Amino acid sequence: MTVPAVEAVDVWRTYELDGVSVSALRGVSLTIDQGEYVAVIGPSGSGKSTLMHLLGGLDRPSGGRLVIGGRDVTTLTAPELATLRNETIGFVFQAFHLLARTSAVDNVALPLVYRGVGARQRRERAAAMLGRVGLGHRLHHRPNQLSGGEQQRVAIARALVTEPAVLLADEPTGNLDSATGEAVLELLERLNAESGVALVMVTHDQEVAARAHRRIAVRDGLIRSDSLHDRPASDGSGVPATLDPAPSAEPRSASGSGPGHPPGGSGGATGATGRLPWEDAG
Amino acid sequence: MRLAEAWRVASDALRANRMRSLLTMLGVIIGVASVVILVAIGTGTKQQVEQQVEGLGSNLLLVVPGRIEVGNAPVVSPLDLSDADAVSRVVGDPGRVAVTVASGATARAGNRSDFTTVQGVLETTPSVFTRSLSRGRYLTGADVDTSRRVAVLGDSVARALFPDRDPLGQQVTLAGVRFRVIGVFAPLGQSLGVDRDDEVHVPVTAAQRLWGTQRIDGIAVKAPDRERIDELGDRIVAELSRRHPDTEFSAVTQRQILGVLGDILGVLTGVLAAIAGISLLVGGVGVSNIMLVSVRERTREIGLRKAVGARPRDIGVQFLLEAVLLTSVGGLTGMALGVGTALLVDAFSPIPAAITWWSLALAFGVSAAVGIVFGVVPAQRAGRLDPVVALRAE
Repeated sequence: MTVPAVEAVDVWRTYELDGVSVSALRGVSLTIDQGEYVAVIGPSGSGKSTLMHLLGGLDRPSGGRLVIGGRDVTTLTAPELATLRNETIGFVFQAFHLLARTSAVDNVALPLVYRGVGARQRRERAAAMLGRVGLGHRLHHRPNQLSGGEQQRVAIARALVTEPAVLLADEPTGNLDSATGEAVLELLERLNAESGVALVMVTHDQEVAARAHRRIAVRDGLIRSDSLHDRPASDGSGVPATLDPAPSAEPRSASGSGPGHPPGGSGGATGATGRLPWEDAG
Repeated sequence: MRLAEAWRVASDALRANRMRSLLTMLGVIIGVASVVILVAIGTGTKQQVEQQVEGLGSNLLLVVPGRIEVGNAPVVSPLDLSDADAVSRVVGDPGRVAVTVASGATARAGNRSDFTTVQGVLETTPSVFTRSLSRGRYLTGADVDTSRRVAVLGDSVARALFPDRDPLGQQVTLAGVRFRVIGVFAPLGQSLGVDRDDEVHVPVTAAQRLWGTQRIDGIAVKAPDRERIDELGDRIVAELSRRHPDTEFSAVTQRQILGVLGDILGVLTGVLAAIAGISLLVGGVGVSNIMLVSVRERTREIGLRKAVGARPRDIGVQFLLEAVLLTSVGGLTGMALGVGTALLVDAFSPIPAAITWWSLALAFGVSAAVGIVFGVVPAQRAGRLDPVVALRAE
């Protein structure tokens, strides 16, 4: 067993809105191990986006301990956190977030710019990564010259070009039709299997979530269930793993909720067989 | 992020919005160009005037009633020709003393006329002021003594009245009285837009009769000893004050005139530069405005860059460089435009213009500084954006 990629202990995230404090996360504890394939599911307003931002180092917890890549996020300055994101996290967004006037290869090379990699090496590594996602023939196309699926694959290449420990995918198929979405999911799963990057996918789609080896259900700012794929899970409170689509009320009155529940499958050894460490691309 | 990389990103961003970048730059271009042009005109004018005053000779002493200061109104002269004689005695050489009584008058010859300045003078004028003739002769002592109605024409007057004839020996009518042309001055050109060849010299006695006066406007002395010119001036002023106890007199030298004119023209140049500077400032505000728009427009891009590892400083530097690039490219273009226009103005108009290195350095420095000053706020705003919020922006 190696060091966890991300470790959260009793993490809270509270926002101040017009003098009223709203807790989006109310004591979440979980561990993401290297090479895991995790789906985070929950209805809108459940706190799963907040959780994803925290796991990715885009945001800092209001309380609790959050360790990404072995570093405690709460002790880091903004520049240090940016460097941590660059080195440890890869993001894939629902809306792709590609730079419009920039070629595919330069989009993919962007994270390497902030790592201080020279222009030639950046392009070489970006081109190689685009080859791995099946876009070796689209290096100099701009996003508007690519299909939605191709754009998301460029975004995946950008997320992985830095060889991160964790790939965070926020509704990666949300803007794609089902066939294209299926191809993107297969790509993500293949890269997860091949390279050993932990894949954390936020989704509200049960079918997509069902493919992951581990499922974490978030609701009302708490983890309601955390289970391995082949074991249907429910937590002690009896909330079913299958979430109904009803919007959750703002749980401000539920102040009595404790500091999260003990994560059932924390650090679950999810079939790590055949996982390769990220190959040295130097 | 390396600086070269940041430059590339900044110039790419400017190129992506070509029209907007160009219009924003235009404000800076106009500002810098106007600083360069107006300072060049101010400097050129100052240099020209100084050259002309220096051309008077450094031992020239002008004696006038009143006090020579900026803002003082001219004083009615109590001087007459006997005062000129008194000054001659102080100087010890009548050949070094010149007088003038001047007035505007219409000069006519045949059916042509020209409004010009008629100066009543002594025969000593060419040696005191170093004027030379192109044709004929100048006034003589006898002309002055006998109030002879003879005239020496400035080059412009001669051309206006006698465009196709030799003016020598011809009649001109000055303020209704006939004079005979005996000479024509060599041309002097213009100064401060005034034609210095637009004048007619007649004997001071004839001029006084023409206007029915005994007065003269002022006395000029060519000092024999440059070292003691101030002392000579004091003695002349003392003598004139004794003769006219109610009037104050001033004796001014070339150096003093240069000082006063330099002050006036320096203020003029400063005012012109300040006006131009305001337009540069307005250009800077335009840059700031467009940078804020750019930050807002590219909020998602900023969020993405931050997500993949851009530090706040990387984003700030990127936007700051964008602003500096806008203003420095605009500044260089404005400089080129300003220098070109100033050279054209100097070559093809009577307005003199002189390019000075300090005005170029100042204009460029200020435009680059404007970029930094007006780019800092938008850049800081971009750098401090919360990546979570920025990624959600529409």
